[in-house]
Amino acid sequence: MSLITVTDVRKRFGDNEVLNGIDLEVEAGEVIAIIGKSGSGKSTLLRCINGLETINGGSITVAGAQLLADDVHLRALRLKVGMIFQQFNLFPHLTAGRNVMLSPMIVKKLPEADAEPLAREMLERVGLAQKFDAYPDQLSGGQQQRVAIARALAMQPSALLCDEITSALDPELVNEVLAVVGELAKEGMTLLMVTHEMRFAREVCDRVVFMHLGRVHEIGPPEEVFAHPRTPELQQFLGMVQ
Amino acid sequence: MSEFTTWDILRNLLLSARWTILLSLTAFVCGGVCGMIVLMVRTGRASWLRSVAAGYIELFQGTPLLMQLFLAFFGLSLAGFDVPPWLAAALALTLWTGAFLAEIWRGCVESISKGQWEASSSLAMGYLQQMRYVILPQALRIAVPPTVGFSVQVIKGTALTSIIGFIELSKASTMLTNATFRPFTVYAFVALIYFALCWPLSKASQALERKLNVAHHGH
Repeated sequence: MSLITVTDVRKRFGDNEVLNGIDLEVEAGEVIAIIGKSGSGKSTLLRCINGLETINGGSITVAGAQLLADDVHLRALRLKVGMIFQQFNLFPHLTAGRNVMLSPMIVKKLPEADAEPLAREMLERVGLAQKFDAYPDQLSGGQQQRVAIARALAMQPSALLCDEITSALDPELVNEVLAVVGELAKEGMTLLMVTHEMRFAREVCDRVVFMHLGRVHEIGPPEEVFAHPRTPELQQFLGMVQ
Repeated sequence: MSEFTTWDILRNLLLSARWTILLSLTAFVCGGVCGMIVLMVRTGRASWLRSVAAGYIELFQGTPLLMQLFLAFFGLSLAGFDVPPWLAAALALTLWTGAFLAEIWRGCVESISKGQWEASSSLAMGYLQQMRYVILPQALRIAVPPTVGFSVQVIKGTALTSIIGFIELSKASTMLTNATFRPFTVYAFVALIYFALCWPLSKASQALERKLNVAHHGH
């Protein structure tokens, strides 16, 4: 069975149909890039998968946890799937280490004595072991985003959703974040990422999803999608970004 | 009738000022607790509870404190509850303070970026955990200056309780004026005492505002 199953998901904002019946199956360990023009529904799809947006139709299941509107189901789902945001969204009043420790301690009731080594291990994994006591505003954008990744990893999710995680970064900081994501991919983490980094998508991803007008317009391995786009919309899109 | 010296007047005013301070503290502390509860309900998930909280806030912000005091004192008496003036005063001021603090704090909570809610949601935190560990620690920092500033309004608000017969600074001043026929002396002292109570709080509020702006990076 697939790790993430998205079936005929529909989402409206007022009269605006943002998702028009999305079907997508993601296997455990798969790395998937979602590309498409702005307004095509890429970010909305990710936000629906961990319940930040309510859906108007269809269903979403992650590792057996179904997306339902009540708190109990939402929290069960969010324990399975972590999310990284474009704007990092670190908690500014807490140190990097505390950012990582907070949720394991209060959600999973992990004692502080266990949460601290866990946080150090996660920060080590993103190459920031020495920044345990730094506050977010003392870190560069790339470092903040890596702390955000460590924070999500500390909850030991089955999958990670990455929503344009390098788009708010200065160009020279993009690579350090992509390197961390690349490592995660190698280690077998299931990743679903909305990205504009086409080179990265081509090198790291197993499949690429091209979204257009709220639908999965084309899907396939990167060689195929990038080298032989079948639809004029994808050809046009690739022409614009490459 | 015995003669009042100026010292007698001042001494009696200062003694009654204790009740002003006590009432202010009671209203501020109980109102703070009340405001915190209303805030949680007002920003919470249940929409009918949100409406109830909004209604409460609008009711107490939209009517004069004097009417609230009358209702707490005379209204409750008519309803069969024998309420002493101090209790009616404390009750009305608490509810009034709670409504204003809830609204001040709501503004602070809403100034915290949506990303903080989303990040904490995505980490599987529940509403109360998000509030307790993520939102309030940031919001209360912003809330300190306006909250201290509002405490000045509470102190001045206690003056109205003289109407229902609670003997604090204002009520004492009226009684002293009637006894001494020296309104100017009495009210000048009263104004000075109120000023001595309120001015340091106003200054503290301004200083805190400056400090929290400058020390944006202090943790």
